[in-house]
Amino acid sequence: MTAEDAPPFRARRSGLARLFSAYGQEIVIACAILVLFAVVSTINPRFLGANNLNTIVSGNAYIAVAAIGMSMIIITGHIDVSVGALIGVLATISGTLAVSGYPIWFAWIAPVFVGMAVNAVVGVLVAYGRIPSIVVTLGMLSILRGGLVSVTGGAWINNLPPEYQLAQQRLFDIPAPVWFMILFTVLAALWMRHSAFGRSLYAIGGNAEAARAAGIPIERRTVQVFMIHGAIAGLATVLFATQLKIIQSTVPPNLELTIITASVIGGVSILGGTGTVIGSTLAAILFSTIGAAMIFINVSPYWLRAVIGLLILITVLVDMARRNREMRMARR
Amino acid sequence: MTALVKLEGLSKSFAGIRVLKDVDFDVQPGEVHALLGENGAGKSTLIKIIAGVHAPDGGVIRIGNEELKAITPHEAAKGGIATVYQELLLFPELTVAENVFLGHAPKTRLRTLDWSQMRRRARQLLDSLDSPDLDVDVKVGTLSVANRQRVEIAKALSQDAKVLIMDEPTAALADADVRRLMTVIKRLRERGVGIIYVSHKLPEIFELADRVTVLRDGALIGTRAIGDVTEQSLVAMMVGREIGQLFPKPEPQVGETLLKVSNLSFGDRVRDISFELKRGEILGVAGLVGSGRTELALTIFGITPATSGTIEIEGRAVTISTPKQARNLGIAYVPEDRGLQGLVKPMTIGQNISMAALHRITNGIFINFKAEAQRAADAISQLGIRARGPEQVVGQLSGGNQQKVVLGKWLETEPRILIMDEPTRGIDVGAKAEIHALMGRLAQKGMAILMISSELPEVLGMSDRVLVLHGGRLVTTIDRAHANPESVGAAMTRATLAQEAA
Repeated sequence: MTAEDAPPFRARRSGLARLFSAYGQEIVIACAILVLFAVVSTINPRFLGANNLNTIVSGNAYIAVAAIGMSMIIITGHIDVSVGALIGVLATISGTLAVSGYPIWFAWIAPVFVGMAVNAVVGVLVAYGRIPSIVVTLGMLSILRGGLVSVTGGAWINNLPPEYQLAQQRLFDIPAPVWFMILFTVLAALWMRHSAFGRSLYAIGGNAEAARAAGIPIERRTVQVFMIHGAIAGLATVLFATQLKIIQSTVPPNLELTIITASVIGGVSILGGTGTVIGSTLAAILFSTIGAAMIFINVSPYWLRAVIGLLILITVLVDMARRNREMRMARR
Repeated sequence: MTALVKLEGLSKSFAGIRVLKDVDFDVQPGEVHALLGENGAGKSTLIKIIAGVHAPDGGVIRIGNEELKAITPHEAAKGGIATVYQELLLFPELTVAENVFLGHAPKTRLRTLDWSQMRRRARQLLDSLDSPDLDVDVKVGTLSVANRQRVEIAKALSQDAKVLIMDEPTAALADADVRRLMTVIKRLRERGVGIIYVSHKLPEIFELADRVTVLRDGALIGTRAIGDVTEQSLVAMMVGREIGQLFPKPEPQVGETLLKVSNLSFGDRVRDISFELKRGEILGVAGLVGSGRTELALTIFGITPATSGTIEIEGRAVTISTPKQARNLGIAYVPEDRGLQGLVKPMTIGQNISMAALHRITNGIFINFKAEAQRAADAISQLGIRARGPEQVVGQLSGGNQQKVVLGKWLETEPRILIMDEPTRGIDVGAKAEIHALMGRLAQKGMAILMISSELPEVLGMSDRVLVLHGGRLVTTIDRAHANPESVGAAMTRATLAQEAA
């Protein structure tokens, strides 16, 4: 068949249809958040109070930020189970610097560079050592968690200088973490969609061999994406560590899983190659909305994990159904 | 005589798209019934309905005298219907005997596996398949594709198959193995087995089939006795019109040497190979499976960098140790396996096409989406890719169209040297002719093409010269004037004899 008798393109689909096919998961989550707000606020109108809204988003903003880096890692076809432990270590480093008389800006910026350095090691082992990322990061998880407890002896850091509390700052009455979350999400989303670098991550996650044949330096990109993820974990750490006047030597249990979950529910395929960072941020907001909603309608918050677990299964099920349908379409 | 399986008025839709419309089909005992059609014509769906994988939406199925609405995998097994799939479904870590009897192994009185009987019967089956050299105790993972296929056929026969469905059984086989498979199939036919044979290769169909059924766009075009059709008329039935010439090759305008390879080696896979490739030339590479054809391409393209030897481009010595270097030197590689090294299937057509030439449409760090869409649209119309548009996901396209996307991706890099490894494997006649025509046009524009193919007619039809490889070495180079099935085939096998004698 020559070009002449190939059928012309079907008329371009409407903008809405294309938006939905590109950002389906993101739209579904945004709708879920809105529905949740609508339902819970009819039961308990105080749910919509400005203070409550700020609390809901602000407290989990660091999870959304960390999930940005995690999404990049998963899109590239890898996984990082050590990020929770890394945030714990970085928080302690940052707090220690702050109480030891170093400039505050230094205490804020140090976690970014330490995070990059730690993940550079991970990236090199994954890319050049050809060790699966889950194995490397499992090892890193133990090293970081064990190291942290050994060094601090479980002691908390007290007497943090008040000006260290970045997360307590507000701009236009909106907490700083929310601003940071929005800023980083938008920047990362633009970067992932519009840059050649972002595109190469999708290509590597979609088919590493084809990406290599197309001239993409896979090893270098892998190290780079792990370092970026480490830097973003450092930023998340600052939002996490500056919330309170103390820094505990522990992080919330299963923090890494919460972060991975945000990515997966946000539409990042665990098999790599698809998804966006907007989705993971929305998913992180959804988690905190569900958590807050449960409190407002008097459901035990212990159900939160179960509900999130259910969401994971539904998301993966829908993702697999979509993939299978596409495979069938292609194979008939 | 009663048909073994008979389908009447069969219909099937996926996601609202009708892939089979009112199709009749039957298999008689002791016949080879070929099923032909372009990709997307509905062949796979039809055989999957017979194998019990898909249930039809409408129509009647008869197995022997039993009338059914749909076949379940269980009924298929009971009715003696077995399938040898394109992607072989064997367990690499189990032995040949275990694979043959998996799921229905003979048992002793104590209900434990009867190993001696299992091995003995596997032996008998393989002997009856002309494969006395195949050891029943080796792990399947160590076998060649051809041998795995024999194991798969033995497995089907061990279940007393009356109907054997073979989906593109020769797609991954070398010529000698194809001939051996033909013998096996003829022997099965003599035993009264009905064989449904799906293939794109017409010569095989003329050698084997008793009847042939052609599907197009899910509809039955016709069932004919093989004596009533010619290659031309079959192709016309498949694509719905005449295809003028099977290998459209314009007169070559061969220029100066572009690529010169001297004493190139990669371990023991590529040994001491030297040749020249000229501007405007299509240089065919022939050889049996394992002769080092693909390995030679991978070495030139820097995926498996050369361990010794030199490569010169336009008279200048170059180092190629990564695909990126090869790309920047103007070399493009359309790989043998488009799923493995060619496409990123979750990505769109546009994103795949721009992938190897992203630097050309990137301003600073950002991709110019408008330029990307424009280039993709150009490639779609120039290559005749049948798709909804540049934003369609590549995984949804048929094989021929996927291959065109891979080709489009590499043409975007504006290469001087194009290496094509099995450029038309597993794609239908229409798309094949289009790709051949395109190769001819590219060569005429001065591109140097290195074409690796296991299909002799393709090698002979397209090449200006043919390199014949064996065991990683260059056996001989044959001019177009002297290249014919005998001379190239002899070069491929003479080497075999010479080596066995040595």
